[in-house]
Amino acid sequence: MSQKSFVWVCLLPLAVVTTAFFLLPMARLVVVGAEGEHGLAGYLAILVEPRYRATLINTVILAAATTVVTLMVATIAGMFLQRHRFPGRAVLIAMLTFPLAFPGVVVGFMIILLAGRQGLLGDLSGRLFGEKIVLAYSIYGLFLGYLYFSIPRVILTIMAAVQKLDVGLEEAARSLGASPWAVQRDVVLPALAPAFVASGAIAFATAMGAFGTAFTLATNIDVLPMLIYTEFTLSANFATSAALSVGLGLITWLILALARSFSGSAVAAAG
Amino acid sequence: MSTAGHGAAVRIEACGKTFADGTRALDPATLDIARGETLVLLGPSGCGKTTMLRIIAGLELPDPGGRVLFDGKDVTAVAIERRNVGMVFQSYALFPNMTVADNIGYGLKIRGIAREERAARVAELVALTNITGLENRRIDQLSGGQRQRVALARAVAIRPGILLLDEPLTALDAALRDRLRGELNRLLRALGITTIYVTHDQAEAMELGDRIVVMRKGAIAQIGTPREIYFEPKDRFVAEFVGAANIIEAPVDKGELVLPGGRLSIGVESTTANATVMTRPETIRVVEPGAGSLAGIIDSVSFIGDRQRLVVSGASSKPLNVDAPNTIQVKAGDRIGLSIAPEAIRLLPSED
Repeated sequence: MSQKSFVWVCLLPLAVVTTAFFLLPMARLVVVGAEGEHGLAGYLAILVEPRYRATLINTVILAAATTVVTLMVATIAGMFLQRHRFPGRAVLIAMLTFPLAFPGVVVGFMIILLAGRQGLLGDLSGRLFGEKIVLAYSIYGLFLGYLYFSIPRVILTIMAAVQKLDVGLEEAARSLGASPWAVQRDVVLPALAPAFVASGAIAFATAMGAFGTAFTLATNIDVLPMLIYTEFTLSANFATSAALSVGLGLITWLILALARSFSGSAVAAAG
Repeated sequence: MSTAGHGAAVRIEACGKTFADGTRALDPATLDIARGETLVLLGPSGCGKTTMLRIIAGLELPDPGGRVLFDGKDVTAVAIERRNVGMVFQSYALFPNMTVADNIGYGLKIRGIAREERAARVAELVALTNITGLENRRIDQLSGGQRQRVALARAVAIRPGILLLDEPLTALDAALRDRLRGELNRLLRALGITTIYVTHDQAEAMELGDRIVVMRKGAIAQIGTPREIYFEPKDRFVAEFVGAANIIEAPVDKGELVLPGGRLSIGVESTTANATVMTRPETIRVVEPGAGSLAGIIDSVSFIGDRQRLVVSGASSKPLNVDAPNTIQVKAGDRIGLSIAPEAIRLLPSED
């Protein structure tokens, strides 16, 4: 057997598995999406139908905001935790990464405990201002839940990237007269750009597709995964839910691709 | 040259450094560096030379009581970004997200210098450091030697009062290191900036230093010109660290060392019964057997090109290294005589 055919034989199982469990269901999903009463126009409905469009915009805004705030929080926290040694540091890192294993439902439950009708925030604000603040079931509650869900996934990547930073770069910038802010702006953040892109993509995609948290919290607001669920189970509208699924995947991919090409030059330069 | 004469005089006063975990990196040391002088801090790793450099830079704070003065002004509490020091790191620490020109111009940009003036200054340094044509390259497209030049250009672009170099040639291969050493020497002379240069390489220290500070275990072992350090080492450590040295310990009788291969005049009267002396291999002359003050047998001959290194046993209690001219015909097993001028023998304090 030649070297080449040997490689092909080795690749065969992978090809079979990919076809059976990935390509075929995906193709079926695309086909089902076009089998509704409007045919291929079913796909267009995601953008045209007001309810779907509003949900799509909500989801993208929520995921984008989650990504940006997660990156900010995780960068500041990750940099501090990596650079300083203090009592309780290990416990703090453990607490920050603890939610990694939580399903979205548990995260949703915790947000209800914090900002629900009987929650901590409501109790406090009720006592202080005589008015209960309830955030849990709005876009804000969902945002908090997503944040809680994303931070552990991002902070470890950032900490690893900070550890690899050459302290000499910062010292060199300082010797040239750069203030602490200028050092962050010109040296540290550009060097962390690849980590931002990688972990930001994970945070964004997770937020776009998050279901458990939304299922627990999204009573006053709809997000795409919830919409797919209701169309699928309650309305038995297979075509629409398939079209929405394909749309969700495509839009997420498109935004990530845009973000990557936008930050591409920075990443390449940071090598 | 427009950059000449920017040097500041440096004084460090009782500067010691104890790290948070209790390790003593540097014993309190006092040192004066003249305006425009090139001072080399030389020593093995862990001798405290880098710590001293970082204290002068402002990257480390000396232990309480220590002071750093630039031109007589106390800068101990001044952060590095306001000390106006140029620094070259062993890793070069070039900014990977900037081009060569942006790296060199970074300190000027931070100082708010206008674009045209910055470009002119960068062009001047690019020419000075021989990297013309590389201005728009990314850092990862440069060779080690080119990176070294960019790091140097970036450090001197801000017209620093003091230039600090931390093992700037260590990361390069031997041939390139020799070439850049000469280039660096010319550049430092031309710039006339007060320079403090850290290295563990004695050849670098000899060539570049106006004065050398030999350090050992966090303390200054000796300060002197390269000649003083080489010919008049204060103790055995300095003698052996700088250049090759034969250390001979032997009983003394009437101003002469009593050795297995004969008697050797040390020029001065020793007050003790035993003496420790040092001779450099190139100061020992090979003569006919029977002539000279010592007799010995050649153990081995290594031909190095410009000279040959002989190991001679039987003359002293330990084999002697002798650098002979590359023209004389000798081989292992030959009996030879050795002659050493009294002034080439340096009496060292006994260690205990």
